[in-house]
Amino acid sequence: MPEPIIDPTIFADLQEAAGAEFVAELVGTFFEEAPVMLAELRSAQAAQSADAFRRAAHSLKSNGHTFGATRLAAMARDLELGGLVADTGPIDALDQEYQRAAVALKGLCDG
Amino acid sequence: MVDDRKARPPPSAPATTRGRAAAPGPGARLLVADDNKVNRLLMTRSLELQGHKVATAQNGRIALDMLHAEAFDLVLLDMEMPELDGFGVLAQMIDDSKLRDIPVIVTSSLEGVADIVRCIELGADDYLHKPVNPALLKARINSSLEKKRLRDQQKELVKRFATSEVADDMEESGFALGGRRIACTVMFSDIRGFTSLVESQSPEETIELLNTYYTLMFDAISGHGGVVNQMIGDGLMAIFGAPQALDDAPLAAVRAALDMVEMIELFNVERVGTDKEPIRIGIGIASGEVVAGYTGTQQRATYTCIGDTVNLAARLEAHTKEVQRGILVDGDTRLALADRVALEVLGEVMFKGKSAAVSVYAVKAQAQR
Repeated sequence: MPEPIIDPTIFADLQEAAGAEFVAELVGTFFEEAPVMLAELRSAQAAQSADAFRRAAHSLKSNGHTFGATRLAAMARDLELGGLVADTGPIDALDQEYQRAAVALKGLCDG
Repeated sequence: MVDDRKARPPPSAPATTRGRAAAPGPGARLLVADDNKVNRLLMTRSLELQGHKVATAQNGRIALDMLHAEAFDLVLLDMEMPELDGFGVLAQMIDDSKLRDIPVIVTSSLEGVADIVRCIELGADDYLHKPVNPALLKARINSSLEKKRLRDQQKELVKRFATSEVADDMEESGFALGGRRIACTVMFSDIRGFTSLVESQSPEETIELLNTYYTLMFDAISGHGGVVNQMIGDGLMAIFGAPQALDDAPLAAVRAALDMVEMIELFNVERVGTDKEPIRIGIGIASGEVVAGYTGTQQRATYTCIGDTVNLAARLEAHTKEVQRGILVDGDTRLALADRVALEVLGEVMFKGKSAAVSVYAVKAQAQR
C-alpha cells in the first residue's frame, strides 16, 4: 500500500491540539502561502540565489511537517540540504506533490 | 594611576523606564518571531490556548524593534528568517543588558546539531524542533518562565541590598571582584547622641526611627545621584561618582547633605509634636581618589570604597561633634565647590592617622539656596 499523501495521525493530532475549525483556516493560509513559496523557489533557482532557495525550501519543509504532508516535506528537505538545482525539474516535481497534498488536505478539512 | 571613568558605559536608564513585564506564568506576554505565516499562526494559537498573550514579528529586525519597545516575558524564535535571522537576534540580545535576561526558546527545523549548539551558545534557553509538540512546548515555556521569575526575584534582592546603581553596574560589567582607582566624593553621616536616645526609648521605637531616618537620608542622597553603600547602626556611608560617574560629585554631595539636614528638621517638627526628642545629624564630606570595587568572596560580596578620602570623610563626620557644626568638608571638596556654596573656614586640624594637618570647612546651613 502506498504511503498516504497526508499522514492521518499527524493531521488528527494537529486538529485535536489546535481545534478542527482553526486547522481548516490554517490550511486556507497554507493554500495562499505555498504558491508564493514555490514561486520564490523558482525565482531563486533562476537567479541562482542560494540563500533564498534554501529559505523557501526550508519553509515548505516546515509546513509539510506541520500538516503531515510527509512526502512533500521530504522533497523540500532534499532541496534545502542539496542547495541550488541546475534545472527546474525538482521544483516541478515538488509543485506536483504540493497539488496532490492540497487536494488531500481540502478533503480532510471538508470531510 | 589610571582614571578609567571615561571608559565606563553611560549610566543606565532609570529602573522605571526599563522593560519589566508583568508576573509570568499563565498569562505571560510572549513574542513569536517567524517568517512563515502558517507557523506564526499555529504557534500563536498553541500559546493562546495555554493562556498567554502573544505578539508576532515576521523577521528578526521587527522582533528586536518590538523587544525594545515593549516588555516581554519570553521569546519564541525561528532561525531561518529574512533581513535578520535568529542567530542575529540572539547575538544582539546577549549584547544588550536590557534584553539579555529575556528567555528565548528556539523553535526551528534546523538541520544538524551544529546550528542547535550555536543557538545554545548564543544564549538560547532551549531548542524545540518543529513541528512543535504542544505538551512539550507548554512544559518548556513554563520552565523558562519560572527560571526568569527566579532571576528577576534575585535581581530585586540585589537591588534592595546593593542599591540600583550597584546592581546596574554589576549587570553591565558582570560580577567581578577587584577594585579600580576613581575620583569621587565620600560622605559619612550619623545621628548625634544616638546611644542615649536608644536607652531612653523602646527597641520598637528605635527601629521605627531608624527606618524613617534611613528613608529620608536615602531620598536625599539618591536624589542627588549618590549611592548609600553602608549602613551601620545609625551611621551611613554614601558615595558620589561611583560606581556610576557623576558630574560635579562634590557639589552633589553637599547639596544632598543640606537636603538631609533640612529633612531632619522637618522630621523633628513631627517628633516634637508627639513629645519626642528632636534628633541631630553630623555629616562629613571628602573628595579625592578612592579604590572602589566589589570585595568579599564569590558567595558574598559588597561594593565598597577604601582609601584616604574615605578615612578623612569619617574623621570629618566625627569632628562635627567637637566643632558643633552640622556639615564639614575637606579642602579638595572646597576647591571643587569654588564659591557656589557658602563655607566657614575652621582652620587646620590634625586627625588621627593623618601625617599632615587638614583644612576643615563648615557648610553654612541653607546659605547657598
